[in-house]
Amino acid sequence: MTETREVIAEFVGVERHYEMGTTIVRALDGVSVRIRRGEYIAIMGRSGSGKSTMLNLLGCLDRPTAGEYVLGGKRVSELSDDELSVLRGKTIGFIFQSFNLIPQLTVLENLEVPLFYQGRVGAESRRKAEQLATRVGLDGRLDHKPMELSGGQQQRVAIARALMNDPLFLLADEATGNLDSRTEAEILSLLDELHGEGVTVVMVTHNERVARHAERTIWLRDGKVERIVENLDRVDTYTGGAHSGVAQPSVGAAGEEAR
Amino acid sequence: MISELMRIVRLGIKSLLLHKLRSFLTMLGLLFGVAAVIGMLAIGEGASFEALQRIKALGSTNIIIRSQKPPQTQESTSADVFNAVSYGLTYRDADRIASVVREAELVVQVREKPAEMRQGPYWVSSIVLGTEPEFLRVSNMRMREGRWLTPTDLVRQKNVAVLGATLAETLFPLDDPLDQTVRVDADRYRVVGVLDELGRASGSVGPPLDACMFIPLTTSRARFGDETTTTSGGSFSRERVELHEIRVRLREIDQVIPAANVLRTLIDDAHRSQNDVVITVPLELLREAEESKRLWNFMLGCMAGISLLVGGIGIMNVMLATVTERTREIGIRRALGAKKSHIVRQFVVETGVLSAIGGLAGVGVGIGFPFLIERLFGKPTITLPEHVILAFGISAAVGVAFGIYPAWRAANMDPVEALRHE
Ligand SMILES: Nc1ncnc2c1ncn2[C@@H]1O[C@H](COP(=O)(O)OP(=O)(O)OP(=O)(O)O)[C@@H](O)[C@H]1O
Ligand SMILES: [Mg+2]
Repeated sequence: MTETREVIAEFVGVERHYEMGTTIVRALDGVSVRIRRGEYIAIMGRSGSGKSTMLNLLGCLDRPTAGEYVLGGKRVSELSDDELSVLRGKTIGFIFQSFNLIPQLTVLENLEVPLFYQGRVGAESRRKAEQLATRVGLDGRLDHKPMELSGGQQQRVAIARALMNDPLFLLADEATGNLDSRTEAEILSLLDELHGEGVTVVMVTHNERVARHAERTIWLRDGKVERIVENLDRVDTYTGGAHSGVAQPSVGAAGEEAR
Repeated sequence: MISELMRIVRLGIKSLLLHKLRSFLTMLGLLFGVAAVIGMLAIGEGASFEALQRIKALGSTNIIIRSQKPPQTQESTSADVFNAVSYGLTYRDADRIASVVREAELVVQVREKPAEMRQGPYWVSSIVLGTEPEFLRVSNMRMREGRWLTPTDLVRQKNVAVLGATLAETLFPLDDPLDQTVRVDADRYRVVGVLDELGRASGSVGPPLDACMFIPLTTSRARFGDETTTTSGGSFSRERVELHEIRVRLREIDQVIPAANVLRTLIDDAHRSQNDVVITVPLELLREAEESKRLWNFMLGCMAGISLLVGGIGIMNVMLATVTERTREIGIRRALGAKKSHIVRQFVVETGVLSAIGGLAGVGVGIGFPFLIERLFGKPTITLPEHVILAFGISAAVGVAFGIYPAWRAANMDPVEALRHE
């Protein structure tokens, strides 16, 4: 069934080299993968295998040294820095291991940042921020500063922020790496839910238990794709609407599905 | 667009509030720079205004020629005791000036005699100034009451007097002085008029006119003669001075400098470089004062520039630290779709806010400071709006100029590196 879905991002023989003095580190060495709409992908591999490098390339934070990356029909290596920024702002939602909220801004203001850079400020972005805050279970926390929130709550804000621009896909690098196992479960079930509602998710993890939430796992080794595994024993906490889990009964779910 | 800018400004303020003390100290740098510029310019402007007023009060078309005791005769020995020391301007000088300087509108002679003036129980020692009717015009004085000296007074050598404002106050603290008498030595003078006060401008060259008593030149000559005997420390000396001052008024301002040159030659010839006459040309003083004011302003400008430069360097230093500290934030913003220009704008606005607040506070202090000087020291100060605008403008420009490099650094960070930054 995977094959029928539309390809939204494609790596064709992508390489990323780092020059370290005289030696060249091939962080990625000929990677070809496709990401289809609505997929849930985990990237695994040993430390230094190129997972973060791959994610940064997928997120247009970086450009391939060689090979081709096509995102939303555009060849990334041909874009200028500004065009890359715009593409990133419109199509990608980042979730980081260390949450990466801007400390001096309130939750609401953090949520509004992505739309601000698209020139979308005012009532629309505020409404959307409130809606997504509710969606991730952060009602009534909009005026708090990140420091006043727990790690799990901060990651929820980050997830809501990643969804503000209705991205083509979410990119998560060790999104649960800084959380205890209970909170990890909560965040994973939130991601499961979002995936269930149609959001494409690509996440990097070290943890097989975490990876089992994804439909496919891409294993990297020394910058190459070692194998791609369909997760037959997949854990999915998504129950298609109001369900148990930790996330609030999804008030904003209807809006998300309408996308 | 406006709301976008408002947002960036608000964000800037928030970021600055993150390090209140640091932002405050940085602002102090600019604050003092701006305040110093405004304050110093105001004091300088006030001082030069006063100087210029004094000079203008002398009359810019006037030339004032005064007798002075030549230096070599000042240490008079006992051998000279019976011979009067003779120096200074003579009646002949006055005639010659009147005939040589054709462009002169007025040539007025002045005799000065230190004396004690008495009226009832009041007495004061001041100067009796014998002069001609035209003196009123060349000295730019005005009558408060009564009349000024007339040609008839001179012809008849009348014992009439016009009082300077402060002298009238001293001798007649309670009554109207008009038609009363003032005694000088054995003579009585009828007061026919009182002058308006000259104030600050009184007596910058010559005696303080507000404290003088004015009588007809001819009367002065008849009553006091040309010789003065002064006793000091047991010995006495006699001096012979015909005229103490000649004031020349020219018709046009362009005639002043050539006429002054002619006068100098004329006096040098007549007095054989005895050095017993001083020529004061208010117009030259005015030019000098204006020149020194320009110099002063230029020096102030340099100092102001330096202090603002120091403030600017402080700002740049802090902004570089801020940028380094907020590398991660920059990475996040780039990941969320910020272009380089967005980052530049953010940091430039932040610097702008910092320097604008510092500059505004500096304007406040800078305007308040001269007031304080005026209150405490009674020195006049003048705060010109263009100086305020200049100081604020420079500080804002310095702030932004020094903010551009840190902002550029911020914008050109590699997003991946920035996100990894601890
Ligand atoms: N900026 C860089 N300069 C030089 N080498 C780099 C740079 N970034 C990554 N590398 C190298 O590229 C390789 C892949 O790094 P990457 O960060 O993608 O690994 P990873 O799979 O994310 O590892 P981890 O699980 O530890 O996060 C490593 O060998 C690393 O040393
Ligand atoms: Mg990594």
